[in-house]
Amino acid sequence: MFARLPDDAATDVAITIDGEPFAARAGDTVAAALLAAGRRVFRAAPATGAPRGPYCLMGVCFECMVTVDGRPDQQACMLAVAPGMRIETGRGVRAVGADAGTPP
Amino acid sequence: MTTLDVAIVGAGPAGLAAATLCAERGLSTSLYDEHGGPGGQIYRGITTASRARAEFLGEDYWRGATLVPPFERSGARYVPGATVWALARRADGTFGVSQSAGPPTARYATTVEARAVILATGAQERPFPIPGWTLPGVLAAGGAQLLLKTSSLVPRGRVVLAGSGPLLWLLAAQYLRAGVAIAAFLDTTPRGRLAQAAPLAPGFMLSPYLAKGLDLVRFVRRRARVVEYVTALAVEGKDAAEAVRFRHGSHEETLPADLVLLHQGVVPDVQLAGAAGCALAWNDVQACFAPVVDVWGGTSVPGLYVAGDGAGIAGAEAAEARGRLTGLAVANALGRIAGTARDAGAQRHRRELAQALRGRAFLDALYRPADAFRMPHGDTVACRCEEVSAATILQLARDGCAGPNQMKAYTRCGMGPCQGRFCGLTVTELMAQAQRRRPADVGALRARFPVKPVTLGELASLPVGEDALRAVVRSPD
Repeated sequence: MFARLPDDAATDVAITIDGEPFAARAGDTVAAALLAAGRRVFRAAPATGAPRGPYCLMGVCFECMVTVDGRPDQQACMLAVAPGMRIETGRGVRAVGADAGTPP
Repeated sequence: MTTLDVAIVGAGPAGLAAATLCAERGLSTSLYDEHGGPGGQIYRGITTASRARAEFLGEDYWRGATLVPPFERSGARYVPGATVWALARRADGTFGVSQSAGPPTARYATTVEARAVILATGAQERPFPIPGWTLPGVLAAGGAQLLLKTSSLVPRGRVVLAGSGPLLWLLAAQYLRAGVAIAAFLDTTPRGRLAQAAPLAPGFMLSPYLAKGLDLVRFVRRRARVVEYVTALAVEGKDAAEAVRFRHGSHEETLPADLVLLHQGVVPDVQLAGAAGCALAWNDVQACFAPVVDVWGGTSVPGLYVAGDGAGIAGAEAAEARGRLTGLAVANALGRIAGTARDAGAQRHRRELAQALRGRAFLDALYRPADAFRMPHGDTVACRCEEVSAATILQLARDGCAGPNQMKAYTRCGMGPCQGRFCGLTVTELMAQAQRRRPADVGALRARFPVKPVTLGELASLPVGEDALRAVVRSPD
């Protein structure tokens, strides 16, 4: 759906997407990295479970929420990638107590 | 706790200009921004984008680079990666500004105290509720442009741009200059808009945007298929966008598409201003709510100012001038400069503002989105978060629902994580349509603190006290 311009000179940032290694680029948000990796579907809508992907990419619509380093519901478009970051997609509404995060 | 003179929210042109001016006048100034670098949306990535990009991003983008060095020299404190989610005005007139920062695994909240607050929260994409707009592969054109600015990402495959307004033409031109083919440009500007806008054209003739705008349109028309007067636009697909269907004239057409980029203008982000209790007014020309402000950006809440597109859409150059005007007003209000110095300093910025506003009325009239694209019907999703259809809202409105806030209680529209940012205007206009009332009388969804989702852990990280309580308490209506 998206491709890098050939002259992009940004350095690689190693992350994982659903367990698979991916070379994001410095300056990418998590959303940009996922789109660069060919991902369109980021999560499931809570009411119907319909597939959703990012829409506004400026922090407004909350359609791009993914799990980052174990923390659910992070706005992918508002968060810069960092080396070693673990990104998980595809989450829908959470069951109570199913996988509550551990406190910091 | 030390008290700041002024806290500014948003590092776009208005926020950068205001912060620079305030700090230069000796005010202790902090500028908070959700992103990692300055520029806002319009100049996103301005400190990191490659100069090799100048060619296709265009000279207007690089204007943003001139704002950063003076800001860095000014002595203003820059706080990137900070999300401001509450503003509490205390009895003594100061504000508690609550915000969160830090990586996902270690986010924490703090409250700073400020004598004045300037909201430079800018604009957001106007909702474009059409059938299929929630499908993956349908993105806002403004968002796609951010991908270009920050990540050198351009569409691959069949891309269709649909909608209206200057940004859509600009993005099309940027893609074409970068060597990206566009399958179709579907212009939804309604037939007759040009005639409606024509009486306002004399102002536009003097606008710096005129020649640039005409050049852009001509450039795109020569290189892409442009379809005019598009109606009945819909995106089709099962689990993602596969095609766009539309009507032009009496002709119906379906085009395969891997990526659909929608845009019909931007509207002010009024979430913080609204939650802080600033009076909002309906702007019928721009079909949106905006805070009521005086000529300095002062709102109905003493000490709270709004500068830039957050106070009504006028563009980046106007935002810069409005930021400086508000900075002067704050410097005066806090006793740093006399009223005469404020007024003398303002003259230049008022001229710049007037220059930037030439042609705005023409553009507003020309690109006012068609009613059908602001007020959907049937199964079309109005509230994306809670998946509430236009039909549900229209039916409840006809049944006598009192207003958007009651609609929220009935349907959960506006109760999801976006907190009404993407359905608020649609709900107001749908209710106005169903009840034959004016949007101004229907009113807006009431924004509440915290205006962005925060975890209990973040709340718990606030020092216990009056400020922590005020940050989440229901503000008086």
